[in-house]
Amino acid sequence: MTVHASWYLTLAAVLFTIGAVGLLVRRNVLVMFMCVELMLNAANLTFVTFARELNDIGGQVAVFFVLVVAAAEVVVGLGIIVAIFRRKVGATADDAHILKG
Amino acid sequence: MIHAAFLIPLLPLAGFALLAPLGRRIGNPIAGWIATFAVGGSFIVTILVFIGLFQQSPAHSQFTQSWFTWFDVGHLNVNAGLLIDPLSMTMATFITGISTLIHLYSIGYMEHDKDFSRFFIYLNLFVFSMLMLVLADNFVLSFLGWEGVGVCSYFLIAFWFDRDDAASAGKKAMIFNRIGDAGFLIGIFLIFQRTGSVQYTTVFSRLGHVGTASLVGIALMLFLGAVGKSAQIPLFPWLADAMAGPTPVSALIHAATMVTAGVYLMCRINPILHLAPDAAHVIAWIGVATAFIGATSACAQTDIKKVLAYSTVSQLGYMFLAVGSGAYVAAIFLMLTHAFYKALLFLGAGSVIHAMEEDQDIKNMGGLAKLMPITGLTFLVGWLSIAGVPPFSGFWSKGDVLENAWALTPALWAIGAATAFLTAYYMGREYFLVFLGERRWVEAHPEATEPGSAQYTSRGVHPHDASWKMSLPLVVLAVLALFGGFVNLPFHPNLVFLERWLNPVVGATVRQTHFSVGQLWAFSLADAGLALAGVGVAAAVWRRATDRPALEPRFLFMAWFIDWTEDHLVARTGSAFSSFTSSVIEARVVDGAVNGVASLVRGTGDRLRKVQTGYVRTYAMGLVAGVVMLVAYLLVRVGS
Repeated sequence: MTVHASWYLTLAAVLFTIGAVGLLVRRNVLVMFMCVELMLNAANLTFVTFARELNDIGGQVAVFFVLVVAAAEVVVGLGIIVAIFRRKVGATADDAHILKG
Repeated sequence: MIHAAFLIPLLPLAGFALLAPLGRRIGNPIAGWIATFAVGGSFIVTILVFIGLFQQSPAHSQFTQSWFTWFDVGHLNVNAGLLIDPLSMTMATFITGISTLIHLYSIGYMEHDKDFSRFFIYLNLFVFSMLMLVLADNFVLSFLGWEGVGVCSYFLIAFWFDRDDAASAGKKAMIFNRIGDAGFLIGIFLIFQRTGSVQYTTVFSRLGHVGTASLVGIALMLFLGAVGKSAQIPLFPWLADAMAGPTPVSALIHAATMVTAGVYLMCRINPILHLAPDAAHVIAWIGVATAFIGATSACAQTDIKKVLAYSTVSQLGYMFLAVGSGAYVAAIFLMLTHAFYKALLFLGAGSVIHAMEEDQDIKNMGGLAKLMPITGLTFLVGWLSIAGVPPFSGFWSKGDVLENAWALTPALWAIGAATAFLTAYYMGREYFLVFLGERRWVEAHPEATEPGSAQYTSRGVHPHDASWKMSLPLVVLAVLALFGGFVNLPFHPNLVFLERWLNPVVGATVRQTHFSVGQLWAFSLADAGLALAGVGVAAAVWRRATDRPALEPRFLFMAWFIDWTEDHLVARTGSAFSSFTSSVIEARVVDGAVNGVASLVRGTGDRLRKVQTGYVRTYAMGLVAGVVMLVAYLLVRVGS
């Protein structure tokens, strides 16, 4: 018995929504970061699902690209977070608003 | 000897080229002598060329000397070259001759001026321009000289540019001339369009194919140029104001050279005027009106040079009257004699001003004849010449003009004759007020009455004749003014030297007048009678009195309010319009548009920057909202 694709897609949608809401409601920079990762992986899950459904390897290839980009993003993003925490311990995202117009 | 003609304009140009960089170093008075010799050399060459031309037979008395192609565009081919013919050589002779005398006079007159050498730079450039104007063999090169003369007149009139009146008088001369120059240019364009050439001889040979209307247009456009340059109605006020320049400049520009350029141009284009009689009528009437208005205005002036200025305007009007009557010889004849006596009168006035310590008011003078015998005597000759008392030169030349005016229409003669009477009168007034009567300058300059005081020697007025450099030109010009009329005597066909000399140029177009001997005697007696009447009235009125308000109405003092009218109508309206555009159009509309765009962008930016809150959640919210809207849109579209 195979799991129907709609399950995967529903799971991906749920994950993505959790990530999006988390990004909006949390102030902790690290948590927000994890929410972004959650959304990326929700997207990955969608890609893989459709790759299997449509018999198209392209979807899986896209996942690799997303993983690579995510890895790079982690490097840059964590670097920025560390820099922020060095200046001010326990800072939230709202504390870094010096680029206000 | 004719091929040496290129030296005529080149010598003054060389003087200019030498003095322009080195004049200040060469200094006073050598710079003046160099300039004088440059023009004097030009005069000698002119005489030699003149003799060479004289020896040619009248049928072959026209030479062109081509130097180089100035520019060549499409069908327009303009050469730089000279046209040597009796007309241009007559002009060149008296221009160089009188200019030499004025240069010599200027060495004396300007000897204390700090800008001595600059003055002579301008003078030489001026003489060069004037010679190019008369010697050029095409309209465009003449126009170059025409403009050169204009620009030099600006430099020279505004020579003392630190004085407000001199600076604005120079500007005024420039602007009035500019109006005329536009006419001259349009005339040249028309000529080129109609005949395909700008060369004098070629243009005149092709006139047969040009319609009369075009010819009238061309003649009137060129006449507009002449009106500006030769100070005719309505462009004459600049000449009166131009008296703010040094007196030798007045003598040079307003007697002998620049203002005669317009008359020369009209004589040069005599084949065109001959075929456009309507234009000739306009010229004659404008000329006689100018003569009358100039003469009446001169009657009420109190500045010794302003009298002469309006007198020049009036005499130029006579010349245009002659041109309009088709009497080109008479116009040149009057130009020649006028150059003699008007230069003499201006230089005499310069001597008087020199002696009066720069006071120019004739009401403050008087009794100078005994103290300044040379000036007084030569001024007397000038007065009688311009008045037309026989046998002085003015009698012959003015008589010639008036006869021809009668031949056109007696009304012109009547106005001209009235002007002749006025001429004798206003110059008599000036002579009596300046040279005879009481010594009013004693009261006008009270410090002069205390002999022995320090002021008497340093600042006081003690009139005397000036040095030989200033007296010699006066004497030479007086002799010329006395005998100048003998170049064209009416008694016998063999005595009209000038007419026979100019015959190759104007012979075919000059209006033939046939008067019986009796009529000629009547004209002569009328002229002499009017002149003597003018002299007599002046003597009766001004011998004792110095102030007669009834005879010097403000209306005439203001020159019929023509300058005033033009000032208020054109100049002030123009200024008002300019200040309107500057304060309203410029400040509100142009600046308003620019500033409006700026403040619009600024205001928009001020409002839009609120969007940049700096909070990551706001941006994330924006992103999510965008995604939601995109998805909603896709769903709606796919669903429908």
